[in-house]
Amino acid sequence: MNPIYLDHAATTPIHPEVIQAMVPVFEEVYGNPSSVHHFGRKARQIIDEARRVIALSINANDKEITFTSGGTEADNIALIGTALANKSKGNHIITTKMEHHATLHAAEYLEKHGFSVSYLDVMENGQVDISQLVTVLTDETILVSIMTVNNETGVIQPIREIGEILKDHQAYFHTDAVQAYGMLELDVEALGVDLLTASSHKINGPKGVGFLFIKNSVKVESLQYGGQQERKRRPGTENVAGIRGFQAAVELVANDREQRLTLYQEYKTFFLQILEKEDVEFSINGDIKNTVASIINISFPGTNVEALLTNFDLSGIAASSGSACTAGSVEPSHVLSAMYGSSNQTTVNSIRFSFGLANTKENIEEAAKKVATIVKRLAIN
Amino acid sequence: MIYLDNSATTKPLPEVLESFRQVSEKYYGNPSSIHRFGADAERLLLKAKQQAAQLMDVKAEELVFTSGGTEGNNLAVKGIAFAHQNRGRHIITSQIEHPSVIEACKSLEKLGFQVTYLPVNSDGVVEINDVKEAINDQTILISIMHVNNEIGSVQPILEIGAIAKLYPKLFFHVDDVQGFGKVKLPLINSGIDLCTISGHKIHGLKGTGLLYIKRNTTIFPLFHGGAQEGDFRSGTENVAGAVSLVKAMRLIIEKQRTQLDDMKTTTQLLRNCLEQIEGVVVNTPRQHSPNIINISVPGYKPEVVIHALSEKDIYISTKSACSSKKPDESAVLSACGFNKKISESALRISLDYDNTEDEVFTFCHSLSEVLQQLSEVMG
Ligand SMILES: Cc1ncc(COP(=O)(O)O)c(C=O)c1O
Ligand SMILES: Cc1ncc(COP(=O)(O)O)c(C=O)c1O
Repeated sequence: MNPIYLDHAATTPIHPEVIQAMVPVFEEVYGNPSSVHHFGRKARQIIDEARRVIALSINANDKEITFTSGGTEADNIALIGTALANKSKGNHIITTKMEHHATLHAAEYLEKHGFSVSYLDVMENGQVDISQLVTVLTDETILVSIMTVNNETGVIQPIREIGEILKDHQAYFHTDAVQAYGMLELDVEALGVDLLTASSHKINGPKGVGFLFIKNSVKVESLQYGGQQERKRRPGTENVAGIRGFQAAVELVANDREQRLTLYQEYKTFFLQILEKEDVEFSINGDIKNTVASIINISFPGTNVEALLTNFDLSGIAASSGSACTAGSVEPSHVLSAMYGSSNQTTVNSIRFSFGLANTKENIEEAAKKVATIVKRLAIN
Repeated sequence: MIYLDNSATTKPLPEVLESFRQVSEKYYGNPSSIHRFGADAERLLLKAKQQAAQLMDVKAEELVFTSGGTEGNNLAVKGIAFAHQNRGRHIITSQIEHPSVIEACKSLEKLGFQVTYLPVNSDGVVEINDVKEAINDQTILISIMHVNNEIGSVQPILEIGAIAKLYPKLFFHVDDVQGFGKVKLPLINSGIDLCTISGHKIHGLKGTGLLYIKRNTTIFPLFHGGAQEGDFRSGTENVAGAVSLVKAMRLIIEKQRTQLDDMKTTTQLLRNCLEQIEGVVVNTPRQHSPNIINISVPGYKPEVVIHALSEKDIYISTKSACSSKKPDESAVLSACGFNKKISESALRISLDYDNTEDEVFTFCHSLSEVLQQLSEVMG
């Protein structure tokens, strides 16, 4: 039995062409980009080229891209670095109750250090309540951080509207686009975004690489100190091959994003059709019309996450209860709690399925049928 | 090609690349995921950590995988400072640390910490007495590197560790980025509480590294998030990177066991050759790491010499690849008391275990040629 991977929102298999792009860098361009000799310059060129490609992918300037060790680090720079550098302008930060822990825990850290943080509510459709944003925004607000796509529900947030609201406000607008990058068209100009986070391992690139877009006008403090790399915003010898791999992954999505999205949407529809055909009782968390093609979050009434996941795994299906990052434990989802209230049963009976490179129509069908069997067996009605 | 810039970065070994590739392809799961893909990745990560622990003779729980030496140093220095500032706000380091330690300390000074930057003697070595005298009841951290990246001087880490042990309130961090795999540093019972290693300096991959954090040492994390790596280091783990790092560690320790004497001989040869070239001054002290020789050629711009050597397919460097306030002057050489003429014209030659005597001869020969040509041009 070949296990079926339905957890592409947690991490994705690296694309073979990405590895192919990295190997020559490891073998031939191993210089330190800060070295002045030929080897160093060659390595520098690779980073410059990747920066250009990635900047272009979100309509930014090369200089506005800072490479990091991943999404978590980028979110931490965006929150903590921006807050510390701008505290003379105010001490208020706005984010939402459904952010990834990288953002939430960075915000909690700031709360302990004299900042006040408002956590916006999330509506039942999975979107942040923008009307609340307008009411909590004050002259003291220096940063608003709202994710582009939620990692548990896949619900797309009204980023452009938020950008519009913040257009004439001093507050910088950060969006964690880790789950959106590669799935949605992202134009930082059009969206009115000042900072944007992305992570390579979510788009079939290597782990340990990410970037933070920091608009030219934005002041940030670094979390780390050392050499002059990344305009001092993120010192440390650059992960040249990793960055090259990230570039390759970005180019691959750019070439066939539409096909991928169509395919994943087909998988999603097909998966749900089978559940229906098999008479499984379920409901979809968040407004399905507003989700990215690759993610669907389903509540199975009368079941329990832990039992579901264990049984799925035993029959070779890898799905998850939401964020992979709650390290092993299956805690009630903070995202679904924000949407439906913490006593709602969906918070303990929902599963996230996320589609990608490891899937085919055949393995989606097989997975859906197995899921149906297991849910029907476990559900207590 | 002759590559003599191994202190800046090294060429990854084929075995290291192979591990990276295999793990990337086969174990792509997120170690935090509870399904089998996650469990397999997590098991592999743990196994890598256990192997690293065995190589370093420490416990697996005492190791944290990082994105490199800079992160390791920042996590150690800032992490101790933030976690223990209630006990005191004084830090001791040296004037010849890597910027990732010095700049981290400077950032702490802005937050009200006091930092003593110990001087070094003309051999580039910290005096034990200075360490003793610098300690006060507010001191929470001593951060001293093992092997200096520019001149290759080796610090008396075990002696400092013995002093640190006398002060239970105080933590001792060692930046072993340049020493690991070349100069032995036993961690157990050493008084060392934290120790930084970087992958790309030992024929591993850039963007990989490791920080040893002795059991029961609490540090404040740099990144907040999913609480990976015992909550010391949030962020999805670079599993393939970690496995490849441990492979590189194993291989370099093997070389250290079998090829260290050869390397010392080759480096000594290099030193002898260089001493015979007119106009060249050797800055590296007699007692030094087995792979770094720092020289100056007063009157010559280091970049010009490096470019001329590049033309001959030979690669060396100026000072540290990534520290440059004043473009040419080396802060490390200045700290050692060298005059401006010397500290502005420094070149670093750094070997790996596979550089040969022939390469060293060719290099020396090419260097004299280059100097001669340049002096004719400069007339
Ligand atoms: C929305 C979101 N933000 C941030 C992260 C963290 O990124 P990384 O795993 O690269 O640290 C993730 C994934 O774990 C995520 O889904
Ligand atoms: C002594 C020393 N410490 C720390 C570092 C930083 O390591 P990394 O390049 O992995 O960030 C270096 C190398 O640049 C170094 O030589």
